[in-house]
Amino acid sequence: MIRWDWIFDNLDQIAASVAEHLILTILAVWIGLAISLVAGLLIYDRRRLYGPTAGFFGILYTIPSLALFAFLVPITGLSLTSALIGLVSYTLLILLRNIMAGLDAVTPETREAAEAMGLSRAQRLVRVELPLALPVIVAGIRVATVTTIGLVMVTALIGQGGLGQLMLRGFNRSFPTMIYVGFVLTVALAIGLDLLLAWIGRVATPWARKGPG
Amino acid sequence: MDIVSQTVGWLADPANWQGSAGIPSRLVEHALLSGMALAVALAVAVPIGLYVGHTGRGGTAATNVAGLGRAIPSYALLLLFFPIFGFGLVAPLLALVLLALPAILANVYVGLRGVDRELVDAGRGMGMRESEILIGVELPAALPVILAGIRTAAVAIVATATLAALIGGGGLGRFIVDGFALQDDGMLVSGALLVAILAVVVERGFTLAERRLVSPAVRAGSTHLVPLA
Repeated sequence: MIRWDWIFDNLDQIAASVAEHLILTILAVWIGLAISLVAGLLIYDRRRLYGPTAGFFGILYTIPSLALFAFLVPITGLSLTSALIGLVSYTLLILLRNIMAGLDAVTPETREAAEAMGLSRAQRLVRVELPLALPVIVAGIRVATVTTIGLVMVTALIGQGGLGQLMLRGFNRSFPTMIYVGFVLTVALAIGLDLLLAWIGRVATPWARKGPG
Repeated sequence: MDIVSQTVGWLADPANWQGSAGIPSRLVEHALLSGMALAVALAVAVPIGLYVGHTGRGGTAATNVAGLGRAIPSYALLLLFFPIFGFGLVAPLLALVLLALPAILANVYVGLRGVDRELVDAGRGMGMRESEILIGVELPAALPVILAGIRTAAVAIVATATLAALIGGGGLGRFIVDGFALQDDGMLVSGALLVAILAVVVERGFTLAERRLVSPAVRAGSTHLVPLA
């Protein structure tokens, strides 16, 4: 059923697919994080803007991935740009939501203490509020990463797609081994990155592990 | 001809609104597949979620299964099931059900666990039976979280049902896949537009239903942002 000889003969092709999948995922999540952080910080002091921004990101999130790529192809072609625009737009709602939820969870007492210590508005944000929000933001990055790994598969239809491309080729050639390899590696990639991010999150926030007080 | 006029031209062509390959038939196929998948997912996930959430037994197992489910892309499942089940309804239906299960299961469980223990104890103190506590106390209080999970699942199903066209299935995804294959941008963008509108309508519909179903007292208490995890 599984052609192990094919797997061993094509390890370089499989590795290239994994690398492409990983690069697309990481690029999309990083760009998405940069956009959501800027948006989150702009909205932070202007809460009226949260509803409309989240609403817009929500519509982007709701549009099915295949449809979004179909909209983009006549404009940006079968390109990496099309893939990235689509992938980034799906991370925005998840990331913005968790950034805002994390910042909201900082208690007024903590804010007042930081203010009383003479920290400026920007210092308070960078040195107190964002670090405290980090566990929730990392949780958002984990969800966004796992979601993006799944969506990268769909970009196979516009000529990208890493492991999705591998699976699609296996499907078109009626060669199940390629499908199985693509499937197993995608799931492994999703679980692996999720655990890695969880670990990074724990290491980056040692204070979150201690109890209150 | 630019893309807008191509799209308008395709949508305005009466031929595309007729027959088994027309927009209405494709919409019905899409809705039937999505509806069936949601029904099966609800039938499986809600009872398990209610049991685990009420008793607290097997909670870790449930959250692990839900987390693992989220790591498996539905597109990958679709291509994986195809060599096993071939053309037909089974492969897409099964992939969609598995896509919807984690969101529903996790939200039923988390919703029930999040109910104030004092409320449950009060119910028990009043002499309510376990089933009465579940239906009369826990379920109404957990309803916003449960319905949000069902909405997420429904939108994901409608969106992913588009991909069924990739393995020879019907639905609105047909127009996108065929539009790509025939390099017919009018058909491609029209298909994308129809799928996008359907997804937004489903999302809005479920949101409105949530507002009507959730008791005002419960709704008033849940204004804070719940982070995704």
